[in-house]
Amino acid sequence: MDTLNNQEMIKVNKLNKSFGNLHVLKNINLTVKESDVVVLVGASGSGKSTLLRCLNFLEIKNSGQIIIEGEQIEKDTHDLNKIRQKVGMVFQHFNLFPHMTVLQNVIEAPIQVKKQTKQEAIEEGKYLLEKVGLGDKYDVYPSTLSGGQKQRVAIARALAMKPDVMLFDEPTSALDPELVGEVLATMKELAEEGMTMVVVTHEMGFAREVADWAVYMHEGKIIEVGSPNELFDNPKEKRTQAFLSSVL
Amino acid sequence: MSAITHFFEIFTGSIDVFLDGLWITIKLSVVSLLIAFIIGLFFAILKISNIKILQWIADAYIWIVRGTPLIVQIFILFYGLTDILLIPMFWAGAAGLAFHSGAYIAEIIRGAIQSIDKGQREAGRSLGMSRGLTMRRIILPQAFRRAVPSLGNQFIIGIKDSSLVSFIGMQDLFGVASTMGSNSFDYLPYYLTVAIYYLLIVLILTYVVNLTEKKLARSD
Ligand SMILES: Nc1ncnc2c1ncn2[C@@H]1O[C@H](COP(=O)(O)OP(=O)(O)O)[C@@H](O)[C@H]1O
Ligand SMILES: [Mg+2]
Repeated sequence: MDTLNNQEMIKVNKLNKSFGNLHVLKNINLTVKESDVVVLVGASGSGKSTLLRCLNFLEIKNSGQIIIEGEQIEKDTHDLNKIRQKVGMVFQHFNLFPHMTVLQNVIEAPIQVKKQTKQEAIEEGKYLLEKVGLGDKYDVYPSTLSGGQKQRVAIARALAMKPDVMLFDEPTSALDPELVGEVLATMKELAEEGMTMVVVTHEMGFAREVADWAVYMHEGKIIEVGSPNELFDNPKEKRTQAFLSSVL
Repeated sequence: MSAITHFFEIFTGSIDVFLDGLWITIKLSVVSLLIAFIIGLFFAILKISNIKILQWIADAYIWIVRGTPLIVQIFILFYGLTDILLIPMFWAGAAGLAFHSGAYIAEIIRGAIQSIDKGQREAGRSLGMSRGLTMRRIILPQAFRRAVPSLGNQFIIGIKDSSLVSFIGMQDLFGVASTMGSNSFDYLPYYLTVAIYYLLIVLILTYVVNLTEKKLARSD
């Protein structure tokens, strides 16, 4: 493999985050290499969302280092708006802009933030929507879409900023079971194209098939890291075993 | 029977003067509500800022407006502005009304902004949009939509409240009615007449607000 594929896309050293007295992330260390797909599992409240949110600076860490593409990012020395463009995020509840059409949702940030021309943004936006299977929905409002369609629009919207990493926070947990597959298929396609992804999910099938690494979090700590099959089938830690037997 | 014909005579006979008053009421309401909207937006943003002193300034403003009668506010601004700053009566009246409505509009807009799901802000920020851009492009358009019914209601209150400027001598709708009534000692028909003008204005405005609401609802 070439050196590019071994580049560290995200490196986290001794990351700590508290909300008031609540110590939510405790000395987190994590490395995500280019084109890696990492799934993050753990009980509700273990800090998975907070970790993702720290990685794209929606939350500001208390201590430790977050290194994105080799550069240590600090809020005092970096324009976080610029950094966030490199780190796309997909939310559990989609968070589409309800006052904009599907296409407007996708082209908003490229035009307003990246200063793309409208024509350029529309062209790329349509291409991305086509890609996620929504080529016939450009001009409808999000309220008319199913959950699965909404989440695919949200993915296209994040991709429109051409991020180097995509973070997914339980992208399918708000969906009716029959709509989960279409979103996972879109994510799988993205992974196959080499997108670096960090995914919080309890879809074990997806994790086994697509992920390079699985990370188990418990009460703000990373307890165990391994290949998905290793971690799910032969967890070394008692707490991982207990968690897995509760979700499987 | 003759009371009714008498009223109709007064109603039709006074159309010219009342149209002059109506024009002043409309000009005054539109100008004062536009200013009030800008004041309201400004103080709403102060209130949701994370800066204590700015929040405090907004609280103080809203407290003063809520804690004093509108007529007192109009008199203070009128005597303050026209005596000290030599501002024309129209603008003093408009300033008084705007100062008053601004506080209520600030609360309406603040409430609407805070009612927008925080995921909207996060989605905007996660795409690299700045705080200001997210506010302008994502939050405010949704907040305004949500605020249309309350803003419409506040505009209606503002138009009716504008009648108080007659007490600083303006010949708005109510001023005309008062003058005509006291000149002829025939008060009731003129106050009935002015009531009809206000009812018509409010009827039309209510219709416009409802129409706007329906139009905006299509995207939700
Ligand atoms: N903004 C916040 N303010 C205070 N506490 C928070 C906030 N966000 C998350 N928490 C707390 O941090 C802990 C971890 O939450 P979260 O990262 O959402 O966990 P997970 O995504 O694994 O369910 C929880 O106890 C949660 O209540
Ligand atoms: Mg979570």
